[in-house]
Amino acid sequence: MTKRTIIPFGPQHPVLPEPIHLDLVLEDELVVEAIPSIGFIHRGLEKLVEKKDFIDFVYVAERICGICSFIHGLTYCIAVEEIMKIKVPERADYLRTIWSELSRMHSHLLWMGLMADSFGFESLFMHTWRMREKILDIIENTTGGRVIFASAKVGGVRRDIDSATLKSISKSLESYKNELKEITDIFIKDSSVQHRLVGVGVLKKGQAYELGAVGPTLRASGWSIDTRKLGYAAYKNIDFEPVVETSGDSYARCVVRIKELFQSIDIIRQLAGKIPDGPIEIKITGNPDGEFFARTEQPRGEVIYYAKANGTKFLQRLRVRTPTFANIPSLVKMLPGSSLADVPVLVLTIDPCISCTER
Amino acid sequence: MQFFVMAKTVLKSLFRKPATVKYPFGPKMLSEFARGSISIDISRCIFCGMCQRKCPTGAIVVTREEKTWNIARLKCITCGYCVEVCPKKCLQMSNQYTEPMLTKHEDLYKNA
Repeated sequence: MTKRTIIPFGPQHPVLPEPIHLDLVLEDELVVEAIPSIGFIHRGLEKLVEKKDFIDFVYVAERICGICSFIHGLTYCIAVEEIMKIKVPERADYLRTIWSELSRMHSHLLWMGLMADSFGFESLFMHTWRMREKILDIIENTTGGRVIFASAKVGGVRRDIDSATLKSISKSLESYKNELKEITDIFIKDSSVQHRLVGVGVLKKGQAYELGAVGPTLRASGWSIDTRKLGYAAYKNIDFEPVVETSGDSYARCVVRIKELFQSIDIIRQLAGKIPDGPIEIKITGNPDGEFFARTEQPRGEVIYYAKANGTKFLQRLRVRTPTFANIPSLVKMLPGSSLADVPVLVLTIDPCISCTER
Repeated sequence: MQFFVMAKTVLKSLFRKPATVKYPFGPKMLSEFARGSISIDISRCIFCGMCQRKCPTGAIVVTREEKTWNIARLKCITCGYCVEVCPKKCLQMSNQYTEPMLTKHEDLYKNA
């Protein structure tokens, strides 16, 4: 029998942008068990809901995560609006959807860059982030911030995008598509990338469902489940189908995200063509009273906001179930059987966002 | 499986200008809508304190008696909520970021 060794992985590790700790039980070079532990950056943001009134809390919700910040704010707003039975103007719904898709694009490009970095393809990492910068420029030109949009508010949005800008965004994204394809083709076709990704960390269809995986991790295992299909914001008016891959390995998870990039460009084009004129917000009166579960699709998967209000201006309870939290069990299942050198790649394939997870 | 997929991108990059800005030797590219810092036209301020009440981080302190408007730049998250609620519209969001500082001082504006 081979000797077992325990290798600590993280919380500080060159490949990890954020702190997660894994105790890897190894037999020679093979992982036989992985024990995760989190809790390094818990900030207690959910508790803050008792100190900030329900309108101000949007700013805190946006700061739960630095990548899907807008969708966090949006989901919080949806939860409060549903409690207060507010119907958001249609234009606001469309703008929210456009910003959601832009944030999905920048998140996926960020992930692709980090992935290339994790398997040692530095130049690909640089090129992916060069492409990401163009999306960030669009975001900055429409919201004023590169990462924190501060655009969602309870009752609508805080900024409008005029129709000329929308047209130019949609047009520039069309030409952006060709440039992007050049980079994504490298991920899909290059032999050195395939060597590191194909067949690594297979999550079978049944396993993915049982472990409660969400987002691209779930869709790469053959499930056509996408929370956007619930039709929140303006997704009900948009024609799209969830991207599904069946092999369930790291390569499939990469391909799902790449296809979603192009899908997002298509969704933005549809939205820019359909967006109606009108007000972008409505005035809020009174305080929320009741409870609601809001579910939206973040770049990493489904996020759930549970909000409970008691008629005062402070919410009573807020609970956030983030996609990374749901994907950690799948990660723990993926790791056994892989070699130690593949662990960084596998940890990254679920697109971990630990700030989200610990809030 | 293919080889040299990246060759085209590499060759293009050789003859292209750098994607990054040559700051500080070139101009800094700032969007006109960038949320850089809050500026105030103190002569129009009526010291109502709305911005102080609404500020999510408590960065603004207003005193009515002494007619002062005080902002802690390091606390400010430039969300723009104060600009939105200001009844006299004397607060502005400027696209210029504040300069780096060595001490945690606050900017004090006084209406003489």
